[in-house]
Amino acid sequence: MELGPYILLASIEGAVMAAVLALTAVGLSLVFGVMRVVNIAHGEFFMLGAVIAWYVAQTVGGHPAIGFVAALVIAPLVVGAIAAAADMTILKRIAYDPERTIVATIGLLYIIQQLTLMTYGPDARPVEAPFNQRIALPWVEWGEDGLSFFHPWGLATTSYKLFVIVAAAVVLTGVRMMMTRTRIGLLMRATQADSDMALAFGIPVERVYAMVFGIGAGLAALAAVLIVPISQAHYLMGADPLLLSFIVVIIGGLGSLPGTVVAAVLIGLSDGIISVFFSPTLAKILATLLVGLVLVFRPQGLFGTRAP
Amino acid sequence: MLELQAISAGYGRAQVLRELSLTVASGEILCLLGRNGAGKTTTMQAIMGLLPLMGGQVLLDGVPISGRPAHEVPKAGIGYIPQGRRLFAGLTVAEHLEIGLRARDAGPEVRDEVLALFPRLGERLDQRAETLSGGEQQMLATARALCLRPKALLLDEPTEGLQPSMIEAIRQVIVKMRAAGVAILLVEQRVDAVLSVADRVAFIENGRGGEVMPAERLRQDHGIVERYVGV
Repeated sequence: MELGPYILLASIEGAVMAAVLALTAVGLSLVFGVMRVVNIAHGEFFMLGAVIAWYVAQTVGGHPAIGFVAALVIAPLVVGAIAAAADMTILKRIAYDPERTIVATIGLLYIIQQLTLMTYGPDARPVEAPFNQRIALPWVEWGEDGLSFFHPWGLATTSYKLFVIVAAAVVLTGVRMMMTRTRIGLLMRATQADSDMALAFGIPVERVYAMVFGIGAGLAALAAVLIVPISQAHYLMGADPLLLSFIVVIIGGLGSLPGTVVAAVLIGLSDGIISVFFSPTLAKILATLLVGLVLVFRPQGLFGTRAP
Repeated sequence: MLELQAISAGYGRAQVLRELSLTVASGEILCLLGRNGAGKTTTMQAIMGLLPLMGGQVLLDGVPISGRPAHEVPKAGIGYIPQGRRLFAGLTVAEHLEIGLRARDAGPEVRDEVLALFPRLGERLDQRAETLSGGEQQMLATARALCLRPKALLLDEPTEGLQPSMIEAIRQVIVKMRAAGVAILLVEQRVDAVLSVADRVAFIENGRGGEVMPAERLRQDHGIVERYVGV
C-alpha cells in the first residue's frame, strides 16, 4: 500500500481513539472544572464501565446487539451511581479539599481496581461488537486518464469503528447542549464560576457536585463500553485512559470542554498515526513532551484562561 | 425583621465575630460601620450560612435560619449583594436573573419588576456579565438579589468603585426597597453615602458589637465616626 492510503488508515484508527479519549477526558475536565477535584480514579471508572459491559453482555445473552445496547445504558448508569455515592461518602466528608481529594481518589483507584481483580479476575475478556461489517475505503489517484477511484488492498475499516466516532460526536454534542441549554447545566456553570455565590443563591452545591462526579464517571464508562468490542475488558485497563485524559485536559485547558475535545482530537489522531508509522511508545513520549511544552509556554492550556 | 442573637463566627479556628447582636426591622436600613478587619463582611457571610456559626443564632421574622444548609438560607428570603459583586463569570445577564428567580420559585413578573428598576440590563440580557461596565455589574448584582423577592437584603460595599451617577441609582433602589418593607443591612466605607440613606448605624469593633444609634446623631456629630472608624 502507498503512503497516502496508509495515512488515511492510520487517521481512522486515530479518530476512533480520539473519540473515546474525548469522551473520557471531557468527564475528567467536567469534574475538575466544576468541583476543582483532580480525580485520579477516573481511569478506574473507565475500567469499571468495560467490566460491567462484559457482565451485562454475558447476562443478557442472545444477539450481541441486545447485550451491547443494554451495556451502553446500564454500565454508565451503574458507574455514575457508584461515583455519586463515592462523592457523598468520601469527597464531601473531606470538604472537597484539593490536596485531600487527590489522596482520596488514589485510594478509590486501588479499591475499585482490587475489588475488580477479586471478583472479575485477571483475564482480559472481549465483548462482541453489535455489528462489524468490513468497509473498503476508496482512494483517489491522478493518472494518465485523469482522476480515478480505486480500492487499494488492505484499505478498509469496520462499520463499528465508524459507529464509535459518530456515537462519541453525538454524546459530546449532548454534553455541550446540557451545559448550555438546560437548567442543570446553568447550575453547574454557576457552581463552577463561584461555589459560595451559588450557595448564596440557593443552588444545592453538594448535590450539583455529586451529579457532576456521577456524570464525569458515567462518560468514562460510556467511552469504555464503546471501545470494549475493539479492545478487551481488563482490570488494569484504566491506566492509559487516565494518563491520556490528563494529557488532553492539560493541553486543552483545565476545565475547558471545547479545549478538551480539540486536544483529544489532536492527541488521538497523532497517537494513531505515530503508532502506525513508528511505535505506540513514541506516540506517548511525544504526547508527554507536548504537555511539558504547554506547561512551560502556555500553562493555562490552549483554551484555558489564566487565573486572575 | 432580621435578628442576630449573640452570633460568633470565624474562619477555621480563627474567631472573628464574638457574640454580635443586631436587629434590623422591616423597612429599615441599618448600616454596619467599622474599621477594616472588624468583621463586617464576616457578619454577612455568617448570616448567609457561608461560614458556620460557633454560637448564637440568626432569625428572620422570628424563625431561626442559622443551622440550615447554606443553600436554604436565600430560600427563606435573604438577598445578598457581596463585596466585589461576585457575578458568575461566563453567564449572561438573563442567566443571572434566572438563578435569582429560581432560588425562590419566582415567576416572570418578578423579573419584569426587577428589570423595570434597571432598564439598562433589559437591553443587555444576552451579554455575559464580565463584559458589562462596573456600574452595570453592580446593577446586575443588585438585580440578581432582588429576584429573590427578599425580606432582608445584605449589601456589602455596594458603591465601591462606582461613579456618582451610578451611586445615586443604587441609592434610589435601596430607598425603594426600604419603602417596600425590606430589612436592609448595609456595609459601606463611604460615610457620606451611609448618612444619606441609613436609619440607624451600628458600630463593630474587633468582631464585637459597639454602639447602635440613629443615623441622625452621626449627621450632627462627625466626631463619633472618627472615634470608631478613624475617618
